[in-house]
Amino acid sequence: MSRSLKKGPYVDEKLFRKVSRAKESGSRTPIRTWARRCTIVPEFVGHTFEVHNGKVFHKVFVTEDMVGHKLGEFSPTRTFRGHGSGRRE
Amino acid sequence: MARIAGVDLPREKRVEVALTYIYGVGRPTAQQVLDDTAINPDTRVRDLTDPEVARLRQAIERQVKVEGALRTEVAMNIKRLMDIGSYRGARHRRGLPVRGQRTHTNARTKKGPRRPIAGKKKAVKK
Repeated sequence: MSRSLKKGPYVDEKLFRKVSRAKESGSRTPIRTWARRCTIVPEFVGHTFEVHNGKVFHKVFVTEDMVGHKLGEFSPTRTFRGHGSGRRE
Repeated sequence: MARIAGVDLPREKRVEVALTYIYGVGRPTAQQVLDDTAINPDTRVRDLTDPEVARLRQAIERQVKVEGALRTEVAMNIKRLMDIGSYRGARHRRGLPVRGQRTHTNARTKKGPRRPIAGKKKAVKK
Protein backbone atom coordinates (compact mmCIF):
# COMPACT_ATOMS: atom_id res chain seq x y z
CA MET A 1 0.00 0.00 0.00
CA SER A 2 1.51 3.29 -1.01
CA ARG A 3 1.21 6.48 0.93
CA SER A 4 -1.66 8.89 0.36
CA LEU A 5 -0.73 11.63 -2.12
CA LYS A 6 -2.59 14.13 -0.02
CA LYS A 7 0.08 13.91 2.65
CA GLY A 8 3.02 14.27 0.32
CA PRO A 9 6.31 12.45 0.83
CA TYR A 10 7.57 11.92 4.35
CA VAL A 11 10.76 13.89 4.85
CA ASP A 12 12.53 14.04 8.18
CA GLU A 13 12.46 17.75 9.08
CA LYS A 14 15.70 17.85 11.00
CA LEU A 15 17.49 16.07 8.22
CA PHE A 16 16.02 18.39 5.63
CA ARG A 17 17.22 21.43 7.61
CA LYS A 18 20.67 19.90 7.86
CA VAL A 19 20.79 19.38 4.12
CA SER A 20 19.72 22.95 3.38
CA ARG A 21 22.38 24.25 5.73
CA ALA A 22 25.02 22.06 4.13
CA LYS A 23 23.93 23.33 0.73
CA GLU A 24 24.28 26.95 1.80
CA SER A 25 27.72 26.54 3.27
CA GLY A 26 28.70 24.18 0.46
CA SER A 27 30.04 21.64 2.91
CA ARG A 28 30.72 18.19 1.52
CA THR A 29 30.99 16.24 4.74
CA PRO A 30 28.62 13.27 4.96
CA ILE A 31 25.52 13.79 7.07
CA ARG A 32 25.05 11.17 9.76
CA THR A 33 21.49 10.09 10.19
CA TRP A 34 19.22 7.51 11.72
CA ALA A 35 16.26 8.64 9.64
CA ARG A 36 15.99 5.57 7.42
CA ARG A 37 12.31 6.19 6.86
CA CYS A 38 12.98 9.56 5.24
CA THR A 39 12.11 9.83 1.55
CA ILE A 40 14.89 11.06 -0.73
CA VAL A 41 13.80 14.35 -2.29
CA PRO A 42 15.52 16.15 -5.21
CA GLU A 43 17.24 18.52 -2.74
CA PHE A 44 19.30 15.58 -1.44
CA VAL A 45 20.89 14.79 -4.80
CA GLY A 46 24.66 15.10 -4.81
CA HIS A 47 24.99 14.78 -1.03
CA THR A 48 26.52 11.95 0.89
CA PHE A 49 24.68 10.51 3.86
CA GLU A 50 25.72 8.05 6.47
CA VAL A 51 22.67 5.94 7.09
CA HIS A 52 22.47 3.86 10.24
CA ASN A 53 21.48 0.22 9.86
CA GLY A 54 21.19 -0.51 13.57
CA LYS A 55 24.90 -1.18 13.93
CA VAL A 56 27.05 0.85 11.59
CA PHE A 57 26.64 3.80 9.24
CA HIS A 58 26.64 3.07 5.53
CA LYS A 59 27.85 5.77 3.18
CA VAL A 60 25.16 6.57 0.63
CA PHE A 61 25.88 8.99 -2.18
CA VAL A 62 22.52 10.17 -3.47
CA THR A 63 22.06 10.24 -7.23
CA GLU A 64 19.11 11.42 -9.25
CA ASP A 65 17.80 7.89 -9.75
CA MET A 66 17.34 7.45 -6.01
CA VAL A 67 14.73 10.17 -5.66
CA GLY A 68 11.49 8.76 -4.30
CA HIS A 69 13.15 5.88 -2.47
CA LYS A 70 13.82 5.86 1.26
CA LEU A 71 17.26 6.27 2.75
CA GLY A 72 16.95 2.91 4.50
CA GLU A 73 16.73 1.07 1.22
CA PHE A 74 20.41 1.73 0.71
CA SER A 75 21.66 0.59 4.08
CA PRO A 76 21.08 -3.17 4.44
CA THR A 77 20.21 -4.41 7.91
CA ARG A 78 20.96 -8.09 7.44
CA THR A 79 24.09 -10.03 6.65
CA PHE A 80 23.75 -13.35 4.88
CA ARG A 81 26.89 -15.45 4.96
CA GLY A 82 25.47 -18.45 3.15
CA HIS A 83 24.14 -21.75 4.37
CA GLY A 84 25.98 -24.83 5.60
CA SER A 85 29.31 -25.22 7.35
CA GLY A 86 32.87 -25.55 6.05
CA ARG A 87 33.60 -25.99 2.37
CA ARG A 88 34.38 -22.30 2.19
CA GLU A 89 37.85 -20.81 1.87
CA MET B 1 -4.28 -13.85 -41.04
CA ALA B 2 -4.54 -11.20 -38.35
CA ARG B 3 -1.09 -10.11 -37.27
CA ILE B 4 -0.93 -7.29 -34.73
CA ALA B 5 2.22 -5.97 -33.05
CA GLY B 6 4.19 -8.92 -34.37
CA VAL B 7 1.90 -11.57 -32.88
CA ASP B 8 -0.42 -13.92 -34.76
CA LEU B 9 -3.85 -13.92 -33.22
CA PRO B 10 -5.56 -17.29 -32.75
CA ARG B 11 -8.18 -17.50 -35.50
CA GLU B 12 -10.92 -19.36 -33.68
CA LYS B 13 -11.22 -17.12 -30.63
CA ARG B 14 -13.30 -14.04 -29.96
CA VAL B 15 -11.28 -10.88 -30.63
CA GLU B 16 -11.73 -9.75 -27.05
CA VAL B 17 -9.79 -12.80 -25.90
CA ALA B 18 -7.50 -13.08 -28.90
CA LEU B 19 -6.08 -9.60 -28.28
CA THR B 20 -4.84 -10.71 -24.86
CA TYR B 21 -2.34 -12.98 -26.64
CA ILE B 22 -0.34 -9.79 -27.18
CA TYR B 23 2.11 -9.11 -24.35
CA GLY B 24 0.86 -5.98 -22.61
CA VAL B 25 -2.80 -6.41 -23.50
CA GLY B 26 -5.14 -7.91 -20.94
CA ARG B 27 -8.88 -8.13 -20.83
CA PRO B 28 -9.53 -4.49 -19.80
CA THR B 29 -7.19 -3.09 -22.49
CA ALA B 30 -8.71 -5.39 -25.10
CA GLN B 31 -12.20 -4.23 -24.21
CA GLN B 32 -11.10 -0.59 -24.26
CA VAL B 33 -9.51 -0.91 -27.69
CA LEU B 34 -12.55 -2.69 -29.15
CA ASP B 35 -14.76 0.00 -27.71
CA ASP B 36 -12.68 2.75 -29.31
CA THR B 37 -12.63 1.07 -32.69
CA ALA B 38 -16.33 0.15 -32.53
CA ILE B 39 -15.72 -3.53 -33.22
CA ASN B 40 -18.01 -6.14 -31.73
CA PRO B 41 -15.96 -8.05 -29.11
CA ASP B 42 -17.85 -11.25 -29.96
CA THR B 43 -16.55 -11.50 -33.53
CA ARG B 44 -14.18 -14.39 -34.19
CA VAL B 45 -10.76 -13.34 -35.42
CA ARG B 46 -11.23 -15.19 -38.71
CA ASP B 47 -14.40 -13.15 -39.36
CA LEU B 48 -12.65 -9.79 -39.01
CA THR B 49 -12.55 -7.72 -42.17
CA ASP B 50 -9.27 -6.27 -43.36
CA PRO B 51 -10.20 -2.65 -42.55
CA GLU B 52 -11.17 -3.79 -39.04
CA VAL B 53 -7.79 -5.45 -38.56
CA ALA B 54 -6.09 -2.30 -39.80
CA ARG B 55 -8.11 -0.21 -37.36
CA LEU B 56 -7.19 -2.50 -34.45
CA ARG B 57 -3.54 -2.42 -35.38
CA GLN B 58 -3.54 1.37 -35.51
CA ALA B 59 -5.40 1.74 -32.22
CA ILE B 60 -3.00 -0.58 -30.41
CA GLU B 61 0.07 1.04 -31.87
CA ARG B 62 -1.17 4.45 -30.84
CA GLN B 63 -2.31 3.88 -27.27
CA VAL B 64 -0.76 0.75 -25.82
CA LYS B 65 2.85 -0.07 -25.06
CA VAL B 66 3.27 -3.69 -26.08
CA GLU B 67 5.74 -6.52 -26.71
CA GLY B 68 9.38 -5.51 -27.14
CA ALA B 69 9.00 -1.92 -26.01
CA LEU B 70 7.18 -2.98 -22.86
CA ARG B 71 9.66 -5.76 -22.08
CA THR B 72 12.55 -3.30 -22.41
CA GLU B 73 10.81 -0.86 -20.09
CA VAL B 74 10.33 -3.51 -17.41
CA ALA B 75 13.93 -4.68 -17.75
CA MET B 76 15.14 -1.08 -17.49
CA ASN B 77 13.15 -0.52 -14.31
CA ILE B 78 14.70 -3.58 -12.72
CA LYS B 79 18.16 -2.59 -13.92
CA ARG B 80 17.69 0.85 -12.36
CA LEU B 81 16.89 -0.74 -8.99
CA MET B 82 20.06 -2.85 -9.23
CA ASP B 83 22.26 0.03 -10.30
CA ILE B 84 21.34 2.39 -7.48
CA GLY B 85 22.21 -0.27 -4.93
CA SER B 86 18.80 -0.45 -3.31
CA TYR B 87 17.46 -3.33 -1.28
CA ARG B 88 14.95 -4.21 -3.98
CA GLY B 89 17.75 -4.33 -6.55
CA ALA B 90 19.72 -6.70 -4.36
CA ARG B 91 16.72 -9.01 -4.10
CA HIS B 92 16.35 -9.06 -7.87
CA ARG B 93 20.03 -9.88 -8.23
CA ARG B 94 19.75 -12.85 -5.88
CA GLY B 95 16.53 -14.11 -7.41
CA LEU B 96 14.56 -13.80 -4.20
CA PRO B 97 11.16 -12.22 -3.60
CA VAL B 98 11.35 -8.44 -3.63
CA ARG B 99 8.31 -7.35 -1.66
CA GLY B 100 9.03 -8.73 1.77
CA GLN B 101 7.44 -12.16 1.43
CA ARG B 102 8.62 -15.02 3.63
CA THR B 103 11.41 -17.19 2.27
CA HIS B 104 11.65 -19.74 5.08
CA THR B 105 9.12 -21.77 3.14
CA ASN B 106 7.41 -21.13 -0.19
CA ALA B 107 8.72 -18.42 -2.57
CA ARG B 108 9.16 -21.25 -5.10
CA THR B 109 8.07 -19.11 -8.06
CA LYS B 110 11.11 -16.89 -7.62
CA LYS B 111 13.57 -19.45 -6.31
CA GLY B 112 12.78 -22.22 -8.78
CA PRO B 113 12.77 -25.96 -8.03
CA ARG B 114 14.02 -27.09 -4.63
CA ARG B 115 17.73 -27.82 -4.36
CA PRO B 116 18.68 -30.68 -2.06
CA ILE B 117 20.84 -29.77 0.90
CA ALA B 118 23.84 -32.08 1.45
CA GLY B 119 23.70 -34.20 4.59
CA LYS B 120 20.11 -33.43 5.42
CA LYS B 121 18.10 -36.51 6.43
CA LYS B 122 14.82 -37.10 4.69
CA ALA B 123 11.79 -37.39 6.93
CA VAL B 124 10.74 -41.02 7.36
CA LYS B 125 7.20 -41.75 6.29
CA LYS B 126 5.08 -43.76 8.69
